[in-house]
Amino acid sequence: MIEVKQLTKRYGGTTAVKDLTFTVDPGQVTGFLGPNGSGKSTTLRMILGLHEPTSGTVTVEGRPFRSRPRGLRHVGSLLDAQEVHGGRSAVAHLSALARSNRIPRRRVDEVLERVGLAEVAGRRIGGFSLGMKQRLGIAAALLGDAPVLLFDEPLNGLDPEGVKWVRDLFRGLAAEGRTVFVSSHLMSEMEHTADQLIVIGRGELIAAESLEEFSARGTRQSVMVGTPDTEILRDLLAAEGAAVRADGRLLTVTGLSAARVGEIALVHRVPLHHLSTRSGSLEEAFMELTADSVQYLAGEPR
Amino acid sequence: MTMTAAHPRATEPRPRFSDLVAAEWIKLRSLRSTWLGYGATALAVIGFNVGTAYDTYHYWSEEDAGDRADFVRDGIPLQEAFTGNAATVMVLALGALGAMAVLGEYASGTIRTAFAAVPARRSVMAAKAVVVTAVTAVFGAFVAGVSFAATQAILDRRGLGVSLGDPGALRVVVASALLAPLCALVGLALGTVLRQTAATMIASVVVLLVLPVALTDGRHWSAVASHSTLYQAWNRLVSVAYHPLHYPWTIAGAWTVYAVWAVAAAVIAVAAVHRRDQ
Ligand SMILES: Nc1ncnc2c1ncn2[C@@H]1O[C@H](COP(=O)(O)OP(=O)(O)OP(=O)(O)O)[C@@H](O)[C@H]1O
Ligand SMILES: [Mg+2]
Repeated sequence: MIEVKQLTKRYGGTTAVKDLTFTVDPGQVTGFLGPNGSGKSTTLRMILGLHEPTSGTVTVEGRPFRSRPRGLRHVGSLLDAQEVHGGRSAVAHLSALARSNRIPRRRVDEVLERVGLAEVAGRRIGGFSLGMKQRLGIAAALLGDAPVLLFDEPLNGLDPEGVKWVRDLFRGLAAEGRTVFVSSHLMSEMEHTADQLIVIGRGELIAAESLEEFSARGTRQSVMVGTPDTEILRDLLAAEGAAVRADGRLLTVTGLSAARVGEIALVHRVPLHHLSTRSGSLEEAFMELTADSVQYLAGEPR
Repeated sequence: MTMTAAHPRATEPRPRFSDLVAAEWIKLRSLRSTWLGYGATALAVIGFNVGTAYDTYHYWSEEDAGDRADFVRDGIPLQEAFTGNAATVMVLALGALGAMAVLGEYASGTIRTAFAAVPARRSVMAAKAVVVTAVTAVFGAFVAGVSFAATQAILDRRGLGVSLGDPGALRVVVASALLAPLCALVGLALGTVLRQTAATMIASVVVLLVLPVALTDGRHWSAVASHSTLYQAWNRLVSVAYHPLHYPWTIAGAWTVYAVWAVAAAVIAVAAVHRRDQ
């Protein structure tokens, strides 16, 4: 379990994280979601004790992580897959980490096997693809068999097969009762990965709830209309109070039902090629929420 | 979501400092650049010393035979056992190699992985200092030992060589050998504080070479400052026939300078990581 309480971090004049409070529970995958620069990595660095909070506290399994002399058996983490020394082999990289925490050498082979890098274990990391580096970072996070796992954007650079593998891995780790905390700036990545979501924008908490609760926010419906007379129809719908976005010959309409859109088109003899209703996606819910937070804060000194 | 297992508890063996030392040793030896760096430096340093001795051997004619006693009394065989040029190369290279032990981690970002794995950051740095000191001490002993043996063997062909038992000989070898770990520790400390490669390299050249040369023996304050630099302490220790100009200082004083630098550099390297964000 991770407990973050009123966490604030300022770097000079920038406030990267502001009064953040949330908990991450064991037994499920928790997604940590926010647009670029919203303070996800900063928060993860504070959880790991790498950066000192300006104010507030954060504990892992009830203790500040920095009070542990050795960390790998308490928290496994992957902050940035690129942060490896290209001149070293995968096995040397992991061996040094394992040795520092008194983890037996055979565990290195086990995790390399588990992430599918056993064959390239002796090769220099410099020649690895981003996807292979992500796997290596995940292997390092698994070394200590820790009850808490942190991953910062672990899906970057993975092919669809890799993404599926990582998702299954996370689910498996959570099913074993571990706390799995995974950051991303893409809702679509979390949609099939997380059970629980922590959403932040501009360093502040926006939502902390289950994926179902979050997706219920995105139920605002929109209507898709296809017509050769886009401009005419757009003006007609706008006059009825709808918000209209044009996308080639396709209009996305919010604020009117599909039936009403059809009626208006019929009355004004505008031909329709397409008319359908769409529920808002999670991605849209996320964008709406975070856009609000950006707007809300835009005029204020940070 | 169903919970299929009680969530695992961390159980761990007692942490040992020796494991951190072993881990740092794995990191150091697993880089090809380490071996290239130390290998090239050894060749350069030994090359300078052997070259100088060879010149002496080559240009020594039978008419000079009478000067043999003067030559030895003036301490020239020992000067050639480890020359100023060789010392300059060693100081520069070892400062850089010591710094690279930590700069490599800051440049690649592995320092964060290391400190997330071992939150006791000062222990990590202490282990790094131990490994760097041990490796460079062995390196220094090898380079100074080989230089002494090779140069004296060459000079002996003209009957000019001295042996390790001769007055001052052992001191020359030990003082030169220790220059390696000392400069490496200074590089490590500078790298830990500055974290940036270019800045560290410049600072290391200034501290290890420019200051010792720029501070002259002319005034008292300047002489004291100069004597407290590593390079001048080495100079004092290897000068067998010492003729002070203005402000003389003792051998014991020079050894003290060595000790103070070693302790200060190690303390800085260990302490610098404790409070700063990584
Ligand atoms: N070491 C630092 N020094 C100064 N400012 C920093 C530092 N680290 C982060 N910031 C600032 O803090 C804010 C949050 O950055 P952070 O990296 O935590 O965002 P993020 O959510 O991880 O973004 P991304 O999705 O791009 O990874 C940004 O404005 C960033 O510029
Ligand atoms: Mg980030």
